[in-house]
Amino acid sequence: MTSIDWSQHPPFIYPDYKSSVLRGPTQSMLDIGALYAKASAIRMGELSGSLTDRFVPGEADHDLIRNAQQGGAPLGERIVVSGRVLNQQGKPVPGVLIEIWQANSCGRYAHKVDQHDAPLDPNFRGVGRCLSDRDGSYRFYTIKPAAYPWKNHPNAWRPQHIHFSLIGQSIDSRLVTQMYFPGDPLLGFDPIFNATPGSAQERLIATLDLGITEADFALGYHFDIVIAGCRATGQEEKTAESRTATNAES
Amino acid sequence: MQNHKKYPPTPSQTVGPFFTIGLSSTDAAGGLASPVTNEIAGEGEEIRIRGRVLDGNGDPVPDAMIEIWQADSKGSFTNCEFMGFARSETGAGPDHCFQFKTIKPAAASNLEAPYISVIVYMRGLLTQAYTRLYFSDEAEANSKDIVLSQLSEARRNTLLAKSQQAADGLSYEFDIRMQGDRETVFFSV
Ligand SMILES: [Fe+3]
Repeated sequence: MTSIDWSQHPPFIYPDYKSSVLRGPTQSMLDIGALYAKASAIRMGELSGSLTDRFVPGEADHDLIRNAQQGGAPLGERIVVSGRVLNQQGKPVPGVLIEIWQANSCGRYAHKVDQHDAPLDPNFRGVGRCLSDRDGSYRFYTIKPAAYPWKNHPNAWRPQHIHFSLIGQSIDSRLVTQMYFPGDPLLGFDPIFNATPGSAQERLIATLDLGITEADFALGYHFDIVIAGCRATGQEEKTAESRTATNAES
Repeated sequence: MQNHKKYPPTPSQTVGPFFTIGLSSTDAAGGLASPVTNEIAGEGEEIRIRGRVLDGNGDPVPDAMIEIWQADSKGSFTNCEFMGFARSETGAGPDHCFQFKTIKPAAASNLEAPYISVIVYMRGLLTQAYTRLYFSDEAEANSKDIVLSQLSEARRNTLLAKSQQAADGLSYEFDIRMQGDRETVFFSV
């Protein structure tokens, strides 16, 4: 049993990110697996059950260019964002609910609390979702979000990003993250990105991919996502692997 | 086990302040609401759970999201007829409470009390935090629970949801304290 891998995830408290100071837990995490080790026959609920394929999004939810149109197309640069959901053994994970949300091409969220006085786009909501398919792949069509200011420190700007939420397998594979764009000069100034351990940072950045790009329509970005949760016992691990292998073949 | 993990996980990032447009079943317009709701349906005793997320000053956090995961009323986590997962945000009401309607889970084994797994997200939290909700009216089962029995009384108390019989049925109050001398016990799972 392992605990949260702090070599890969940002810490609870990172003082440069001001709101983490009063909101991050201060005591060390209790390793629940170690508590359960006293009774090896019991499997803790956090590692049990399956959430794959349980929440089904709408057919067109993955297309943010079209899913909120009010008689016109959204403004901004059309992009395709695609990749695979993998577990830590590198196996594709099908049936994962992927939910995304983002600012529009002016850096404004369609959210009542967003105070940035950049224009809203009546034809863009900035919300999408889909399920990863048999080989763990997903594909979104959207508009490239702009940078936006925030109140963390004077003249603070978030780099361009898309928020991602993934629900797959058991709840220990739950992931909420953000995807950034290659070459964004704001990345080095962003405390949220910088809170991530150095060697892990690059895995938050998509790569420009001409294979995903659709000619005369939209540039493509590749973003693979690795979720935790392959801590099954030997037997179950085998079953999970053979299921994945079957999926890959069919 | 470590050597099975060839691929490091994608790092977590904060859910941010604007997550409700993408993750709420009530806040997204135009048919784009999340399929994940704040209700769990199934056989068993219907209960309500509400609570606040409190920061290091004791102030309620208005932009937090709570997810729960639980066994069914027979203690099973693998019943495919039953979806034991739900989500609620604290910004929906004026009192900054998260709220769930669900059914009371049964204990999954005779070394465990009934419990609900809880995942906490909010603006300002870079990596999600896991905790558990146990029921204050299950004193007998709680005293034998494999997790609770290994905690000091003060720490154990942070995991107990207080039962109250309200007009609309049995409800539980569960505040999550991120810091302070009653900081909730958080787990690595
Ligand atoms: Fe954002």
